[in-house]
Formats: sequence, C-alpha cells, structure tokens
Amino acid sequence: MPSTIRVRATASGDQTDVQSLIQHPMDSGYVKDAKGELIPPHYIETVTFEHDGKVVLTAFWGPAVSKDPYLKFKFSGAKKGDELKVTWTDNLGKTDSSVAKIG
Amino acid sequence: MSARHAPAAGLALVLGLAVCGIAGARAADAVDPKADMKAFQAYFYEKFPNVKHEDFVNGPYSMDEGMRKQWEEKEEFPPYDFAVEKGKELFETPFKNGKTFADCFENGGIGVRQTYPRFDAKLGEVVTLEYAVNRCLTENGETPYSYVKDDMAAVTAYMAFTSRGKPFAITVPDDPRALAAYEAGKQYFYTRRGQLNFSCASCHVQNPGRRIRAEVLAPALGITAALPIYRSEWGGMGTATRRYMSCNSQVRGTPLAPDDPLYRDVDYFLSFMSNGLPISGPGARP
Repeated sequence: MPSTIRVRATASGDQTDVQSLIQHPMDSGYVKDAKGELIPPHYIETVTFEHDGKVVLTAFWGPAVSKDPYLKFKFSGAKKGDELKVTWTDNLGKTDSSVAKIG
Repeated sequence: MSARHAPAAGLALVLGLAVCGIAGARAADAVDPKADMKAFQAYFYEKFPNVKHEDFVNGPYSMDEGMRKQWEEKEEFPPYDFAVEKGKELFETPFKNGKTFADCFENGGIGVRQTYPRFDAKLGEVVTLEYAVNRCLTENGETPYSYVKDDMAAVTAYMAFTSRGKPFAITVPDDPRALAAYEAGKQYFYTRRGQLNFSCASCHVQNPGRRIRAEVLAPALGITAALPIYRSEWGGMGTATRRYMSCNSQVRGTPLAPDDPLYRDVDYFLSFMSNGLPISGPGARP
C-alpha cells in the first residue's frame, strides 16, 4: 500500500522548513452518508515529527480537522541530510509513518 | 419554418416556400468547427490581452493574482498527488485476463490524453478519455468505473499527468456523424437551463475572471485541459463528467445521467475549441 504521508523538509542555515500532507478521511462522526446513516468517527489524534530521536513537534488533532490535512512548521537544530520521522495515529488505532531526508 | 406562417395560398406556393426554407436553413447552419474555433480563441485572446495563451489552461489562476499565489504554494504539495499515485497503480495492475490499460491505448496510454475526446468512425460516436477507460474495462471483462470520481478520476489523472504540456490535438473529421456530435455539444454549451436560466457560456464565456459569490469563474477556453481536478469544495477528485454535472446543478438545473452521450459531445466541443493549448491536468481548484 502506498504511503499516506508526504513530507518535504528543507534546511537553510539553522532553520528547517517542514511541509507535510497526510491522506486521511478525518470523519467527524457527525456526517451522514447518502443513505442517511452516520459515518462513524475516524480521525487522526496525534501526529509526531522526530528528528534524531527527539520529538520536535506533536500535534493533537481531532474531529474538527479537515480531510487530507496539511501541516507546515519550522524548527531549528537540524542540518541537510538528517532524517525526519513522521508518525500519525488515529482513533481506531491505525497508524502510519514515513521517514524523509532533510534537503 | 416560414411556410407555416404563410397565409393560406395555393398548395404549390406553400410547397415552394417550404423548399426554399429548408435550403436556406441548411446554408446558414453549416457546421464549420474550424471557423468556430478561430472565433472562439480570438474572443478570449482579445478579451484578455494580458493573459498568455498557454496560461488559459490554468483557469481562474490566469485571471486573479491573489488566487494564483495561493495556487502556486499549493502546487508545491499538490492535493491530486495521491490520486496520481493511485491511478498509476490501477493503470499498471493487470486485469483478470492478464491485459492492462496499456493494451487499450496507443503508446501504452502514456502521453495520449491530448488526443481525447475523438470521434470513433467504427462506433459512430465520440469517445472521451473516460469513455475509453470504461470501454477498455468492459472489453476485458472488468466492471466499469463510476464516471464521476474515485478510480476513474485516479486513472485519468495519471494519464493526464503523463501528457502534461502536450498541446490538445482534437480533430473533427468530415463525417456527418462527427459534425452532428460536435454541433450537439455546442448546442448544449450555449443552451440556457435551470432555474437560474444560465448556459455554460453565461459564466465561462461572458464572465470569466469575474466573481460568482466567492469563486472566480474560469474561462471556457482551455477548461478541459486541466481535468480531472481536485476540488476543495468536493474534498476530492472529480472527472470532466462531475464538473459538467455540478455546473448543471449549480444553475439549479437537473444534471444528465453521468454516461449521457451529450456530456461526451460537450467535452468534444470544448476540447476542440482549446486545440493547441497544453494539457495541465490533473488540476487543483478551490
């Protein structure tokens, strides 16, 4: 199965810009389908970004975050060639992770 | 016909008028797609002298500076990316009989999007890319895809992606059936419908670049080059058929069935009008 995560991280000087896109339905649990039945809640609860074994960002998400969420942030202390690991976990216990090289 | 309104005169006179009427109508209605295309393109180039010709395929972004900036940033991380990847996978996965999509298309289906829709003389009808994909599936004993989204959007997104930058090369052969299909598409495009009494042209020919509520209208010229699209409004991908159906319901009309031949004819007309403009699909729209 193809990865649900896209990450791009670029370092310039001490600062690293990170952009990520995660493919996820992010169903809130309040929306009905075409038959009028509720679509059960299915959303990402946590996303973590790790650099060199250290968590640089943790996001606590919930049902209000939209489908296929996009996230952009900056952090310092990384250099080109380092690895950045992204992991998400949803309310059904599903998880996916991906490792990107900082360019 | 004028004969119907003629006062009760001799039968010979009425017949004579009727014959004249038919002959006159035929000359005035002569279908000339090439002349139509020239006039159509000239209209847009004149209306928007500052828009580069090949930029029309980028729809509202060619018309609005602010939207363009947002789009450029979005393109760094395009929302259709997942669909292209899924499309590639579907495209390369063999059917139950061992064949793949590549066996149904010229050049293995890579870089051919700009030649669709086309008129198929054997079938006697217009074959759009979506129609070709579903014919390929049924001929190989597979279940055809939905015409509006999901797998269809993914496969056509991948095929468009491999054809990016190639200029539309649509032909209308000198075949009465092809000309009739072209004419039907053109008629559909210019016919007003729905509670709002809008034709496709009301928005996309008369008012491109202007706002309709929060949206900036895309020009009809080059509009099919960007399909299929990821629309944020839909929260997902949609095909050309989905685009036409949602246009129909936005003017509070009743959309046709997704497999209606008229949608294929409209696609044929619009793509012919965009001849020479580069494929930019899959696109991303608000």
